[in-house]
Amino acid sequence: MSEPSKIIKAIKFGILSPDEIRKISVTAIVTAETYSEDGTPIEGSIMDPKLGVIEPGKRCPICGNTMGNCPGHFGHIELALPVVHPEFAKHIYDLLRATCRHCGRIRIPQEDIIRYRRYLESLKKRWPMLATRFSEYIKRKAMKATMCPHCGEKQYRVKFEKPATFYEILEERKEGMIKLNPVMIRSRLEKIPDEDLKLMGHDPSDARPEWMVITVLPVPPLSVRPSIFLETGVRSEDDLSHKLVDIVRTNERLRENLSAGAPQIIIEDLWELLQYHVATYINNEIPGVPPAKHRSGRPLKTLAQRLKGKEGRFRGHLSGKRVDFSARTVISPDPYLSINEVGVPVEIAKILTVPEKVTEWNLEELKRYVLNGPEKWPGANYVIAPDGRRIDLRFVDTKSIAENLAPGWIVERHLRDGDIVLFNRQPSLHRMSMMAHTVRVLPGKTFRLHLAVCPPYNADFDGDEMNLHVPQNEEARAEAKILMIVQEHILSPRYGGPIIGAIQDYISGAYVLTSKATLLTKEEVSEILAAARYIGEIPEPAILSPQKLWTGKQLVSLFLPKDFNFRGKAKVSAGYLKCENEECFWDSYIIVKKGKLLLGVLDKKVIGAQETETLLHWLVKEHGTEFGREFMDKVFRMFVRLLEIKGFTMTYDDVVIPREAEKEIEVILQEAYRKVQELIEQYRRGELEPIPGRTPEETLELRIMEVLAEARDTAGEAAAKYLDPFNHAFVMARTGARGSSLNLTQMAAVLGQQSVRGERIQRGYTTRTLPHFKPGDVGPFARGFVASSFRKGLNPIEMFFHAAGGREGLVDTAIRTSQSGYMQRRLINALQDLYVEYDGTVRASDGSIVQFKYGEDGIDPARSSHGKAINVKRLIERVAGWRL
Amino acid sequence: MAPKKLTKVILKHELVPKHEIAKPEEVAEILRKYGIKPEQLPWIKASDPIIRAIGAKPGDVIKITRKSPTAGEVIVYRYVVPG
Repeated sequence: MSEPSKIIKAIKFGILSPDEIRKISVTAIVTAETYSEDGTPIEGSIMDPKLGVIEPGKRCPICGNTMGNCPGHFGHIELALPVVHPEFAKHIYDLLRATCRHCGRIRIPQEDIIRYRRYLESLKKRWPMLATRFSEYIKRKAMKATMCPHCGEKQYRVKFEKPATFYEILEERKEGMIKLNPVMIRSRLEKIPDEDLKLMGHDPSDARPEWMVITVLPVPPLSVRPSIFLETGVRSEDDLSHKLVDIVRTNERLRENLSAGAPQIIIEDLWELLQYHVATYINNEIPGVPPAKHRSGRPLKTLAQRLKGKEGRFRGHLSGKRVDFSARTVISPDPYLSINEVGVPVEIAKILTVPEKVTEWNLEELKRYVLNGPEKWPGANYVIAPDGRRIDLRFVDTKSIAENLAPGWIVERHLRDGDIVLFNRQPSLHRMSMMAHTVRVLPGKTFRLHLAVCPPYNADFDGDEMNLHVPQNEEARAEAKILMIVQEHILSPRYGGPIIGAIQDYISGAYVLTSKATLLTKEEVSEILAAARYIGEIPEPAILSPQKLWTGKQLVSLFLPKDFNFRGKAKVSAGYLKCENEECFWDSYIIVKKGKLLLGVLDKKVIGAQETETLLHWLVKEHGTEFGREFMDKVFRMFVRLLEIKGFTMTYDDVVIPREAEKEIEVILQEAYRKVQELIEQYRRGELEPIPGRTPEETLELRIMEVLAEARDTAGEAAAKYLDPFNHAFVMARTGARGSSLNLTQMAAVLGQQSVRGERIQRGYTTRTLPHFKPGDVGPFARGFVASSFRKGLNPIEMFFHAAGGREGLVDTAIRTSQSGYMQRRLINALQDLYVEYDGTVRASDGSIVQFKYGEDGIDPARSSHGKAINVKRLIERVAGWRL
Repeated sequence: MAPKKLTKVILKHELVPKHEIAKPEEVAEILRKYGIKPEQLPWIKASDPIIRAIGAKPGDVIKITRKSPTAGEVIVYRYVVPG
């Protein structure tokens, strides 16, 4: 501990020089054979024991450590002929073009050099980013010179052929092209003086350009490329080892041929091969180079592939975090939980632990847990003695440990009811994707959650899995409880309204309960209030005789604060059920006075999730998040219980319409077909007035689509007219619980026009979509209009068009998610270091100002109402009880 | 390059908010208020048409008064940098 701590002030990257490689190397690798007959590694091969011990028990010949402690040591390969490092080829190309082929100086006159140098120095001090740009400019300038200003040598054009071949063009003829081999390149790079390199943005002290041409290749230690033993006992080598063997083999062959004085062609071929092996050893995904493959045909994973990409060393290991005290399983719904609870399977609760300090107040309880041990819930898995000893309760006598337990010990007890945990579903797109819940340990194997928290997590139960994390100290628990607990996220900063609220059955239930038609007997009232766990008096019945009956509005009123006022339109207030004020028969205008729901029906626009300026929004905003949570818990249970009593399902008959309705729809469609025919004839005669900016053809298409869309809508309205308003499918669509009027139209009346790319279906043969139509037919049916409803069923042609439109939808969602995901990643990476300072300014990490006031007005959107700091109308309504 | 007279035209455009060179006292005041150095203000290039039009030089601080959909009228500052 007395070791003085050191602080990293800077990190500098450079290129390993040949000397340095030799210095760190423990052995030269000279043979391609790896193991001798008896299976021992051959010295001087890439399996040389000097590179580090890999067998347990043995000692390293270099550092004397055993397997776990020996860090491994580098070796080296002396290349018979140098090769170009593929990742540096671009830099080499630039340097070859910017410097003189004879004297190696930068091709810029001396007086300019002095001027540029001075300017570059001052730039480096103040605007280092600009300095790199300026270096680039100097380089480009140097490349333009055709004669060396220092020695007067004529300069030729250098041609670069990917990945690592260079030519010098002496004359503009085929024969005038001379290949520059790595030896020539290296000698040219060697000649460039340090001062000129600095001008071009290089740092010659740590990266001399000639080091970009490899003469000595470092061989990584065995621990970097461990061999794997298959069950069969066969040894399987790492991809890097395979590649190294290739390099050594080619290198040795090249060396032999060189010393034997082989013909130039053979040498050049081998040289080329060596270049290929070294290049793919470094990066096996160079464009234009066939990747080196394993015998099975799988491309080898070489150095660059280990680092690159999502599963690479950087994103996969260094910035990828894995954690303890976490669990993951499938989720399922449980409406009897509170919205801030999560049901945790006993099996998981027995693995996740919370460290709890033993005090005299919890001593007895913790003793009980220790006695229960790790197998029985609620128990404990470990205890930590005051001396820091960690005792695994699986292997000891729990009785004696329990007896010894005293203040000062720490017990890692099982997760139990009331513990606070973080619950998360990927993709974590906003802060509501990770919220704190309190634990309820339950039987079963799934995490249970309240349905109202599905929207913030964007979860459903078709197999979704979620993660759970257990905070391990008081600070983390306090933070979770105060900042992250579910009720603190009812109001979303995304749209300044509740993101947690009624969904699906809760909305249907609320509507059925509060509708005028629902009157409840005492038994029903008792059952419903019991479901809400209501304790208190039952109110006076609304109807006394002949039978005591209560309205659902009375029950809801029991849970509203006594000083609460609200007025607003419901979602069902549309079409012929529209209500503009309280004097309205249809009961779709809500009035709450002094905590009594006097008028109106509850639906999505009143208590729904993802709706703003609603009854629920004001309740949460004005009476606090804790009240909001309790209100939702109780009232939602009441709604589902009512549905359980009454039954709420959808049936085929819900979308059956009477014969008259069918006829009416048929008339509407016939009229539309006639109009379409008329449009086509107009177009054929050339009388169709084109829409500005459109061709006549486009105009025709647009007009036809207009007519057909309108026909579908009127047909839908006609069908809706004949549907029973308390038909369950219709109720769901009207209240916003599930489905839309379009869905109903498509089920009951007509499916309507199918589209691909927002146009009527055009694809298929050149002038027709299917062989069933005449060429050039642009009528409704030939272009994908479906006149059948889902109830009646589609004919084969209609079904084909429907599938075409449906497929586009699937492809679109797949593409959209991946595109928006990447966009989000880039945005977050760009914005992650911004923060709001205490003075209200938005700052970057260096304290520089980005916005002078957060959002220019300093308003927290989660606490605003729809983006505005105050809502004057609501204030008056709240105080005076009436609306402007 | 547009003729010299044209550079002033942008000042009259309805979408161009009011830019003015902040007085030294004002600059000192805002730097003190936020506890920053001038470089920590948002930057604007000296080659920006509006900077040319009002004739500001690198090192000046520009005061911009503009309409905001969230806060009515807001005042922001820019530090003029070479370029």
